[in-house]
Amino acid sequence: MKTTEIVIFTILFLAVSGLGFVAARWRRPDDLASLNEWGLGGRSFGSWITWFLIGGDLYTAYTFVAVPALIFGAGAMGFYAVPYTVVVYPMVMLVLVRLWSVSHVHNLVTPADFVRVRFGSPTLALLVAITGIVATMPYIALQLVGIEAVLKTMGLTGDLPLIIAFAILAAYTYQSGLRAPALIAFVKDSLIYVVILVAIIYIPAKLGGMGSVFDAAKAKFDAAGSGGITLNANNQLQYVTLAFGSALALFLYPHSVTGILASRNRNVIKRNMSALPAYSLLLGLIALLGYMAIAAGITPIGKDNNTIVPRLFDAMFPDWFAGVAFAAVGIGALVPAAIMSIAAANLFSRNIYKEYVNRNATPAQEATVSKVASLVVKVGAVLCILLIDPQFSIDLQLIGGVIILQTLPSVGLGLYTRWFHRGGLIAGWAAGMAAGMLLLYNIANPATNHAHFGGSAFPLSQLGFDTKITVYAGFLALIVNLVVAVLGTVVARALKSADGPDGTRPGDYFADQGDPRVHELETTAPAS
Amino acid sequence: MTTPRDDRGRSPDYSPLNWLLLLPIVIPLLPPLFNAVEPRLFGIPLFYWLQLAFIILGVTTTTLVYRATRRNR
Repeated sequence: MKTTEIVIFTILFLAVSGLGFVAARWRRPDDLASLNEWGLGGRSFGSWITWFLIGGDLYTAYTFVAVPALIFGAGAMGFYAVPYTVVVYPMVMLVLVRLWSVSHVHNLVTPADFVRVRFGSPTLALLVAITGIVATMPYIALQLVGIEAVLKTMGLTGDLPLIIAFAILAAYTYQSGLRAPALIAFVKDSLIYVVILVAIIYIPAKLGGMGSVFDAAKAKFDAAGSGGITLNANNQLQYVTLAFGSALALFLYPHSVTGILASRNRNVIKRNMSALPAYSLLLGLIALLGYMAIAAGITPIGKDNNTIVPRLFDAMFPDWFAGVAFAAVGIGALVPAAIMSIAAANLFSRNIYKEYVNRNATPAQEATVSKVASLVVKVGAVLCILLIDPQFSIDLQLIGGVIILQTLPSVGLGLYTRWFHRGGLIAGWAAGMAAGMLLLYNIANPATNHAHFGGSAFPLSQLGFDTKITVYAGFLALIVNLVVAVLGTVVARALKSADGPDGTRPGDYFADQGDPRVHELETTAPAS
Repeated sequence: MTTPRDDRGRSPDYSPLNWLLLLPIVIPLLPPLFNAVEPRLFGIPLFYWLQLAFIILGVTTTTLVYRATRRNR
């Protein structure tokens, strides 16, 4: 047991949780009983709050723990997280403002809402909603893996601390909705920035400079005969397709959409797309902690490489600062977990409950259903960690990334074109899902003793090519999806199959705050 | 008085500067540019410092496009 660390961790953790409860009164909503208020913070967030919110949302505790762990184990391959977060912002800058506009005109809350109005197909919307929920659940569970790694390092074993942490999170998310993670994100990021800046200056200085850190890493990989501090001829395509595919997937996740829709206007989003890469710099520096751990001779607890960063902090920092660092990771898990559970809950209340259970649900009923669903989602995530092997959640997260990518044609391309037929999109989704599962099933990983679902790098040799090159499975599945969607659309049109009505007009995609088409959001009016 | 923008014709979001956004999308996805150890910078291999430098390329381009296409009210 490490008393000083535990005391500092607990104090910071509780202080931040207090903030979460106070957040219900922040920016004084008249009434939290609607999804616009509870689930989107009143759609009123300016540049700063949006920056912290989206940043806190995308750069999660798991990122801070898993990316260095990947670098520690595999080397250069793990650095894909940096190009991934560099290419994503220019890629979605123009796309997301369109989503913001159309969502404001039509009062949409989730990506499935958009698909519903764009393609007039409840079935396609349901598929998108279910994909979103299934992809988000293991992501929430992974945040717990982040907290668990810290607790383990402090000597706190057993499930109780983890359950307490998540119960607190569930309570204030229930009460304050999206305002809670938005407010906490300030504290979380300030702590993380301080810890990382100190780490990146202090630790290499103790280890004899960055040069010797890399030399130590190179020596380790050379001796092991696998990995390396640069890419080899066989994993470059994997590196590029993984970075690109992950970037495409990032803003299809329902929780990223939640962050975007909560912002006040189009300028806020565009400005954020140019300011968010500040986090990528942070991420790049955090990734290098993996090499510092090698140079410092850190070993993981058991076989759990996720404990590498906490162990490094524990070994290098004085106890009190290690406590601060652990709190940063712990609190870092709360923000994304809260936003993700809100996003998944909104999908349930909007696209399942309202569509299939109670068509005449009032905004207040929608908000209540979302609140309860957010609790259910979090209980599910805790059960995932307690009942099954955490490694399994990591596998599920990997699958999550592949499946969320299959909503790209309907959500992402749908923002630009109404060319696709709803039948084609459904066929494409099904084909992409099947292909993704099949590819992942056939990826083995001898290092973790997995015959199936051993990673995301699919060897092209399995398709009959005479090569050792690997490629990101999600990327291949997306290609299958797109081809089938195009063919399906052509066939459906040839058969004159009925298509759903498009509820949007071209101008809806450019509307901005103050535009006559953006109606004032009424929190109590019955939904039409 | 605001007049709704015309729904037909060229998109109001169009700007030739938008094409600049291709640079920070394509360049970081070309491994031959950065997949090497030398030259090092402060002991950090090219692979790492150049990819971190691409962040600056991304920020510069997106900022430029944001400023050029910002809507003033």
